[in-house]
Amino acid sequence: MRIQNFWNGIPEQIRRLSIVLLIIVLLFIFIRPLFIPDDFGKYGHFRATAVDEIVALEKKYAGQEICFDCHDDIMELKYEGYHKNVACEICHGPGTAHAEDPEEDQLDAPTGRGYCTLCHEYLPSRPTGFPQIVSASHNPMEPCISCHDPHDPDPPEIPRECNACHAQIARTKALSHHLNISCTFCHQAPEEHKTNPREVLPSKPKSREFCGQCHSSTISDKKGIPKIDLITHEPRYVCWQCHYPHLPEAR
Amino acid sequence: MKNEKIQKIKDKRKKEKVTRRNFVRTFLFTFASLLTPPIVLAEEKIKKTRAWILGENYNPYEHHWGMGIDINKCIGCGRCADACKKENVVPDEPFFFRTWVERYRIYDGNQTVIDSPNGAINGFKDQDQENRNLTRSFFVPKICNQCENPPCVQVCPVGATFITPDGVVLVDDEYCIGCRYCIQACPYGARYLHPETKAADKCTFCYHRISQDLLPACVEVCPTQARIFGEVKKKASPLVRFLRMNKVRVLKPDLNTEPKVFYANLDMEVK
Repeated sequence: MRIQNFWNGIPEQIRRLSIVLLIIVLLFIFIRPLFIPDDFGKYGHFRATAVDEIVALEKKYAGQEICFDCHDDIMELKYEGYHKNVACEICHGPGTAHAEDPEEDQLDAPTGRGYCTLCHEYLPSRPTGFPQIVSASHNPMEPCISCHDPHDPDPPEIPRECNACHAQIARTKALSHHLNISCTFCHQAPEEHKTNPREVLPSKPKSREFCGQCHSSTISDKKGIPKIDLITHEPRYVCWQCHYPHLPEAR
Repeated sequence: MKNEKIQKIKDKRKKEKVTRRNFVRTFLFTFASLLTPPIVLAEEKIKKTRAWILGENYNPYEHHWGMGIDINKCIGCGRCADACKKENVVPDEPFFFRTWVERYRIYDGNQTVIDSPNGAINGFKDQDQENRNLTRSFFVPKICNQCENPPCVQVCPVGATFITPDGVVLVDDEYCIGCRYCIQACPYGARYLHPETKAADKCTFCYHRISQDLLPACVEVCPTQARIFGEVKKKASPLVRFLRMNKVRVLKPDLNTEPKVFYANLDMEVK
């Protein structure tokens, strides 16, 4: 009785609207589960089977361990050389299909000059010490693989010039007043540095007196070379803390 | 009339006199909510220790993945971007990348030129800029930062992108409605709309590979080991060693996204 009184006391338009609203809410409650997958929210706010679907995606790259199984001779050769950390599939392409059926799916290797230069063309942005060439002047037209074995890419002759690897420094130095000073004047490179560059490093000058051989005001015979007094010129520092020896002053 | 009302109120007050029973009852009703958080938290804890076996024998609750990138080692060959496209069937067009390599060239006067022709897949050409003096230059591989606090997941209206228990942000391409909110929300530009599935797509750390004990394709093919992949928290992991041996930075740390891609030797020009 009371409820009926209450209901009749509400203005009619509100009564009608509230019925419509109630229907909408009920429809929402009953229809919503039909659209939400069963596994939604099992492990978090997502569909759990989506992760299973992603895990089941096809793998194209097999990983270089599997290459060992058949090509152990090449792998052994590769492990001796500079390319020991260069995975097989970088040059030969994705190999899962080949590993599963070596007859059916053959892998190729790039043979032209274009591929090696992706890594070895000179670019000033590359870290110095990484072996780089300027392909336009480095035996043009000759395929790289006719001199370098990609699995053991020792240069056919040990680089004579430092700029084979240190092209960026060589270019900078060529623009500087130091262009006529050879690298070996300041750096004594043991012969082994050429074959084992990271482990055996060249020497560097150690003291102010080294630069003083040319730049000290006590030297009279070298004309046209800027001179300073070694004792009073910024004695706290060694020369290369302010002057970059490969490009000593701005042009 | 007035006295009557006052009497009524007085009677009511008497009824509500604080008896012990009343006190305890009100106390329990009022503070009942205090008892709920421990219950909820305990339930969440149970959820966290739950095992979830994916594929053959992979429990995502036991891992937490991250990546380290050493700028000093990157030679800009773009093999990572190439391998990523092949592994994950990313469309060939030069707008769609899950990972790509940028070249930074900083000239005298702090003028910075950044380029990434076709994501570096065809390498870089050395076009020097009108005789300007190059101060410094380097390559920066970019990838989804797999944020611990990902803005893309926050904005997804349907729950189609999510972070897995091992810390990888994934996209459910069947559930995605293609609204592009996540693409807008990503501060690193790591997402794109796949032209065929019409769903958002991004780097998954090659989830189908790492869940089977393989490395992500980009890490697998990096010829100079500029990319290091591993566990963020386990002691014996190449990434933990990387974090110990290098001074590292993440991209846009001010956004509090807590990326899990760590850069060593990163220049301040990289935003």
